[in-house]
Amino acid sequence: MLKTILASVREYKRPTFVTIFFAGIEALFEIVIPFWMSYLIDRGIQAGNLAEVWRYGLLLLLFAGLQMFSGVMAAYKGSEASAGFSGNLRHDMFARVQDYSFANIDKFSTASIVTRLTTDITYIRNAYNMLIRMAVRSPLMMIFAIIAAFSINREVSMVFVVVMPVLAVALGLIIYFSFPIFNDIFANYDHLNNVVQEDIRGIRVVKSFNRQAHEIGKFNAVSAIIRRLYFKAEAIISLNGPIMQLCMYACMMLISWFGAHAIVASGNNAAQGLTTGELTALFTYAMQILMGMMMISFVFVMILIALSPCRRVAEILTEESTITSPEGGVRTVRDGEVCFEHVYFNYRDAQDQDVLSDINLTFPSGSTIGILGATGASKSSLVQLIPRLYDVASGRVTVGGVDVRDYDIEALREEVAMVLQKNELFGGSIRDNLRWGNPDASDADIAHVCELACADEFIAQMPDGYDTHIEQGGSNVSGGQKQRLCIARALLKRPKILILDDSTSAVDTRTDAKIQAGLREYIPETTKIIIAQRVSSLAHADQIVVMDEGRVVATGDHETLLAHCDIYRDVYESQQKGGMEE
Amino acid sequence: MSQAKKSSAISGATLKRLFNYFGVYRPLLIIVVLFVMLSAVASAASSLFLRSLIDDNIMPLVGVANPDFSGLAEAILRMCMILAGGACSTLIYGWIMAYVAQRTMELLRDEMFEKMQRLPIRYFDTNEYGDIMSLYTNDVDTLRQMMAQTFTAAVSSVFTLVTVFVSMLTVSVWLTVLMVLGIFCVIAITRAILKISGPYFVQQQQTLAALDGYVEEMINGLKVVKVFCHEQEAKATMNARNAAWVEAARLANGHSMAMMPIVNGMGYLQYIVVAVVGAYMAIAGVTNLSLSGTGTMTVGMIASFLTLSRNFTMPITQISSQMNAIVTAMAGAVRIFDMLDEPEEEDDGDVVLVNARENADGSLAECTERTGIWAWKHTDADGSVHYQRQRGDVVMEHVDFSYQPDKPVLHDISLYAKPGQKVAFVGATGAGKTTITNLLNRFYDIDDGAIRYDGINIGRIRKDDLRRSLGIVLQDVNLFTASVMDNIRYGNPEATDDDCIRAARLANADGFIRMLPEGYDTILSGDGAGLSQGQRQLLSIARAAVSNPPVMILDEATSSIDTRTEALVQDGMDKLMAGRTVFVIAHRLSTIQNADVVMVLDHGRIIERGNHDELMAQRGTYYQLYTGAFELE
Repeated sequence: MLKTILASVREYKRPTFVTIFFAGIEALFEIVIPFWMSYLIDRGIQAGNLAEVWRYGLLLLLFAGLQMFSGVMAAYKGSEASAGFSGNLRHDMFARVQDYSFANIDKFSTASIVTRLTTDITYIRNAYNMLIRMAVRSPLMMIFAIIAAFSINREVSMVFVVVMPVLAVALGLIIYFSFPIFNDIFANYDHLNNVVQEDIRGIRVVKSFNRQAHEIGKFNAVSAIIRRLYFKAEAIISLNGPIMQLCMYACMMLISWFGAHAIVASGNNAAQGLTTGELTALFTYAMQILMGMMMISFVFVMILIALSPCRRVAEILTEESTITSPEGGVRTVRDGEVCFEHVYFNYRDAQDQDVLSDINLTFPSGSTIGILGATGASKSSLVQLIPRLYDVASGRVTVGGVDVRDYDIEALREEVAMVLQKNELFGGSIRDNLRWGNPDASDADIAHVCELACADEFIAQMPDGYDTHIEQGGSNVSGGQKQRLCIARALLKRPKILILDDSTSAVDTRTDAKIQAGLREYIPETTKIIIAQRVSSLAHADQIVVMDEGRVVATGDHETLLAHCDIYRDVYESQQKGGMEE
Repeated sequence: MSQAKKSSAISGATLKRLFNYFGVYRPLLIIVVLFVMLSAVASAASSLFLRSLIDDNIMPLVGVANPDFSGLAEAILRMCMILAGGACSTLIYGWIMAYVAQRTMELLRDEMFEKMQRLPIRYFDTNEYGDIMSLYTNDVDTLRQMMAQTFTAAVSSVFTLVTVFVSMLTVSVWLTVLMVLGIFCVIAITRAILKISGPYFVQQQQTLAALDGYVEEMINGLKVVKVFCHEQEAKATMNARNAAWVEAARLANGHSMAMMPIVNGMGYLQYIVVAVVGAYMAIAGVTNLSLSGTGTMTVGMIASFLTLSRNFTMPITQISSQMNAIVTAMAGAVRIFDMLDEPEEEDDGDVVLVNARENADGSLAECTERTGIWAWKHTDADGSVHYQRQRGDVVMEHVDFSYQPDKPVLHDISLYAKPGQKVAFVGATGAGKTTITNLLNRFYDIDDGAIRYDGINIGRIRKDDLRRSLGIVLQDVNLFTASVMDNIRYGNPEATDDDCIRAARLANADGFIRMLPEGYDTILSGDGAGLSQGQRQLLSIARAAVSNPPVMILDEATSSIDTRTEALVQDGMDKLMAGRTVFVIAHRLSTIQNADVVMVLDHGRIIERGNHDELMAQRGTYYQLYTGAFELE
């Protein structure tokens, strides 16, 4: 798991090692400088020797300068490494997700992918930053300090051997008790974000029904839970400081006691044993050793917290796409003929019920095909097989006489334009949105397809015409406008096959009719496959396919079906009832 | 539009405002300050202890034949008590601070959310969704990281600074001046770095919001991306935004993390300067000035001054190490305060809707229980009140409206709807149908003209009451994470379970709800994922039915549903409309033939009006629309 994630460090390996190196140097000087400072006092000032003061002063200046330089380098390089690494990680995940098939996307759900790409990465970045700056530095500092302490006086330093395990156990217990609470907090944060999300998305409903107080109540409830959990966690974490102080003070007192005995025994003679100056140094090292331990425990907690984000990110990175383009796939599509031969399909595994059963259909190139059926009749599933958004379970789908699985995927999708039922527009101008269909389209091309999609009129009325900014998710255009823009976008591809999956439901009947007529007239060679609920949208089709529960019930033109197909006749009559009263 | 909005920069005002949130807990904060000081005293005592330990308890024993350690034991025990007290103080202020910090965070979070509820629809229409979300996810989180530690660190540092400062003065004024000069240098450097890094921190939060917003948009539209083979372009844009963030994050954090080693280094520099200058003074026998009087500088004085100087720079280093957290948090706070300062939805209405009882003489009296009779309560300037029965009469007079100042959307719209009448709007998409409903419930305010409800200008009706008196079924159905029952009850919190079930029956939703695994108790999540479009619409109708207002706005759902469900929806709608004043935004002409009046809208103007027969007889646009539909057969 960590190996997968760390693979994204790439060009930031160098800054990472540079950071670790300089952090180590910084730690070394942290130990060395106090040594020389005591020399400055003892041999320079106490001795009243100005030359020695200068000597040690200049040396100290050099050390301080080096330490500052190392510290600054570690800061800049560490920041570069952690920002760069998390940027790479985000890039890799995003690129990976772009290769996902529809089945992969369904498996994770888009909301979960978004969290992994945003919040989780932030945690990993913070942990990484902490890790490279502290993980080497702290143990190093601790080891230097221990060595220094033992080199002064072995017996008195045994105090550390007693106190350190005590502190280690205490810190371990703190982590043990607080960590589960943090997991709880994260779960509640998800809950809180969900409340905010639903509130923003449904703000019109909230305001219409005056349910602001209700929303606030929901929010406050989760907010209070988070506060309580956090308090609980922090109350435990707050033990860190006092426990650290207690250990530290215990060390000092023990060192004082044993140190005093040692000094008295030696007669305060360095050659015999401990001196008072060395006792002072021992105090400093005691602080550095325990400080180092606390830092290590801090880093440990950061890593623990980052573990589950790491796992979730690694899942994204290691997921294999279920649909891949074949090596040397066919790159040209002959024409817009579509054939289904004994097609069976299901979304997950074979044990699931078939969504499509034994479909056999042929759509000649250039024909207009209507597909009708109740919700759950698998109309969308049927057409999604044509641009190979999903793969068949058995049987085959051919386009232009070639199995879709033999095409280069991009080449196939270039020729099969599909307007999905769940349309999406993206933040940017109308022109930018339309150019998704063809990045090289001229303004004349764009105007032409908008005319065909009956979008030209309302675009002309927009404040900035084709340059009007569309908000994320297309929230500033109406449902009908969105649908027509999506149709225009698809038309701009000049595809051999055009699939409209219920794409005119929000458009009024007159406009719908105009769009249909335009399609017939201006793109006669394109095979047009139209899923609709309104019979009126399909009446002009060359062939209408009536589906029910994953099977084809009947095919034929409007008159034939009206005469022979009960389902079709029922639908038709129920829709005409309103109009017939006239 | 949101890009045009100027973000205020990090400033002292931001910090002060943030601090005001703590203000509520002043008594607790005083206790915290007290315990922080106690803890600082203990730690100061521990460093002073060493000197007295050596001078008083160790040195006298050196060379003594039978050293008596009882004095030492006593001193150590005494010290143990003080230090234990210090550790306890640390624990106590840690706990109190955790409490205060979490309370403050909750306060701020809750205030943000409450504020958001009062913002006008325009805010939500002009701000990107991801950007608003980022306030709650990224920006609040940065504050939390800072709050718990910074305050106590600051108090403890300031306290230590003051005590050490006084101690230094008692040793030597000249050397203290030297130290203070040094501190000014440190402050100047710190400020310079902050000035450089501050904008990067704001940039970091902004680029992060833009990046997260883009990621969210592209992932939500991933299926469209794939259908258009737009993967490469998506990656390219994402890379550009990602690179912008990496750059801002690198510079912001690099600068602020460099602060600590720089300040630390400055501390050593000061140490060395003081040592050299002090040594010169001592050796040259310069007259020393201190709080305790004048005298000659001794080597002992310099030694102890140098120890003090370390204690003086330590807290400054500590504060600078917190800078990263502080500056990041400030950048987040700026964005949060920008939102909190957004103008709220204005509501100066004073006419309220109350439950009423009809007296024997036909006059109305206010009452608390639900009577089924509602009355508008007018309060006049002199404090007298009078009641007017709510009937559901809606009039629009010469209404003009535009979303943006110079782009009119509606022109001179006039219409009236008598109680119980059904008014339908037809017209091409974008003709202004939905806009009219946005005006009725005052999601947006009109530019000119008047809208009256029961003869009262709707600007005078309190917004809550206006919206309570209008039921609405929106085009897009939004469901909430809650049980089906609670989703229906959303329309009216006072509704009993029976009311909800009755509303569901009326909306023809009862059938499918009972088929759900837990019936009415089934928890919906992810905006009702798993329900079909038609089922979602039925729930939306039930929700409006349970609110039971005299006036109803139905924006016909556009999302497609199969014919069987559509028949159910239509039937539900018809039942919902019975006996109410209804505004229907129609997408299917067949649904409006029984309307009392049909308004044909075109480019924001009413071009034809009348009932179905009259309009057919006019042979105008409506006739063409209608026959156009027939032509399709």
